[in-house]
Amino acid sequence: METQTGTFAVKKGLAQMLKGGVIMDVVTPEHAKIAEDAGAVAVMALERVPADIRAQGGVARMSDPELILKIMDAVSIPVMAKCRIGHFVEAQILEAIGVDYIDESEVLTPADEEHHIDKHKFKVPFVCGCRNLGEALRRIGEGAAMIRTKGEAGTGDVVEAVRHARAVLGEIRRLQNMPDEELMAYAKSIGAPYELVKETKELGRLPVVNFAAGGIATPADAALMMQLGMDGVFVGSGIFKSGNPAKRAAAIVKAVTHYDDPAILAEVSRNLGEPMVGINVSTMPEVERIAGRGW
Amino acid sequence: MKIGVLALQGDFAEHIAMLRRLGVQTAEVRLPEHLDDLDGLIIPGGESTTIGKLAVDFGLIEPLRAFGERHAIWGTCAGAIFLSKDVRREQPLLGLMDITVQRNAFGRQVDSFEIDLEVAALKAIDGKARPYHAVFIRAPIIETVGDGVDVLATLPDGRIVAAQQGKLLATSFHPELTNDTRFHAYFLSLIR
Repeated sequence: METQTGTFAVKKGLAQMLKGGVIMDVVTPEHAKIAEDAGAVAVMALERVPADIRAQGGVARMSDPELILKIMDAVSIPVMAKCRIGHFVEAQILEAIGVDYIDESEVLTPADEEHHIDKHKFKVPFVCGCRNLGEALRRIGEGAAMIRTKGEAGTGDVVEAVRHARAVLGEIRRLQNMPDEELMAYAKSIGAPYELVKETKELGRLPVVNFAAGGIATPADAALMMQLGMDGVFVGSGIFKSGNPAKRAAAIVKAVTHYDDPAILAEVSRNLGEPMVGINVSTMPEVERIAGRGW
Repeated sequence: MKIGVLALQGDFAEHIAMLRRLGVQTAEVRLPEHLDDLDGLIIPGGESTTIGKLAVDFGLIEPLRAFGERHAIWGTCAGAIFLSKDVRREQPLLGLMDITVQRNAFGRQVDSFEIDLEVAALKAIDGKARPYHAVFIRAPIIETVGDGVDVLATLPDGRIVAAQQGKLLATSFHPELTNDTRFHAYFLSLIR
């Protein structure tokens, strides 16, 4: 048999290797090295972390490939990068420079307000955000090989990540109790492909790896998401917007491994310095929320 | 029989599911005391730098070395790297197997691949000689093996992707990502 590359098994497989790990946003090669030394399983290469995108406003686009390449040179772990929702040419560029995963991300300004990228066309795998089961399965239907909650990026407030995790996991629990004859109507009601609804019911989980993201700032936040049933966590602004990034990064890595051991969680949570300041999502105007981006 | 799976990071749940299909008891290993009463250990795929760092932080390096002196250990991908004695860069290693490994030997994720391998040792499992479908993800290769290490599988170009030293097993690929339990059954046969 021939060698096959870019199959769904290898795309999904890399995400399986990241499970139980922490993926960290970095904006320089130095940050990337700090993240790798702290035990990150992968880094997300960006020009600005979400908290700065939020603060500075304007159009947020794919990062300069030069910066991403420098970060790829700095570390041996996988490097992810973000493209705008629906911007398949940004994705083509990221694939051409050899990033390991593309995040088609609502954190950047959407390029298409109706359609996401046809991710099946690419050899590089994609991760996409979701707020509920229907959104997760639409993205998988388009070819996403990994899913994450959207949360509310750049806030340091975990409440939206919890809401989205509970929505997805709760809907899967309800789906498991549903008789098969109800699956078609259910698929229609949540706007999800029927075959994926059926597969999710049979597996009792999403057919791909499912990480938490959007507002995780402390080891306790990370362990909370793991205890809720997520496969791993993304930490964006929470690390490099804090007082002691190296120490906080290492603590969050340990908290994800020992998420079910309160004594270890207490130990790693001590003396981490200032967390990122944060924005309370409940007092945030609707127009400033980015989780609503994506269709 | 009770087999542990190192659960610091990576696809340990996939290994546990395969072991359960073969009817053995399993345990997740995150701390040294979790190694007590195990008959063998699997070190899963994941990021070898992360697994190594967490093993150092939680005092697992020496207990794992001592475990490997007496018991069977199998490392898949990151686990194979962790079992090796040299990867030509600074990162924590167990050094239990006399093999040198090159990380990310095939390039980046877009170069990850699937291929059928001939693995003669697996014939003992069900008496049939059929190919083994292997999944390689940002995979390492085993560059050199010492005396006392047997090569179990190579790619068509001759590069080594599976090796065995007594009860220690290293594979560059991920049997836990397939439905084929033969490699797990082979590992258990080293213990029985």
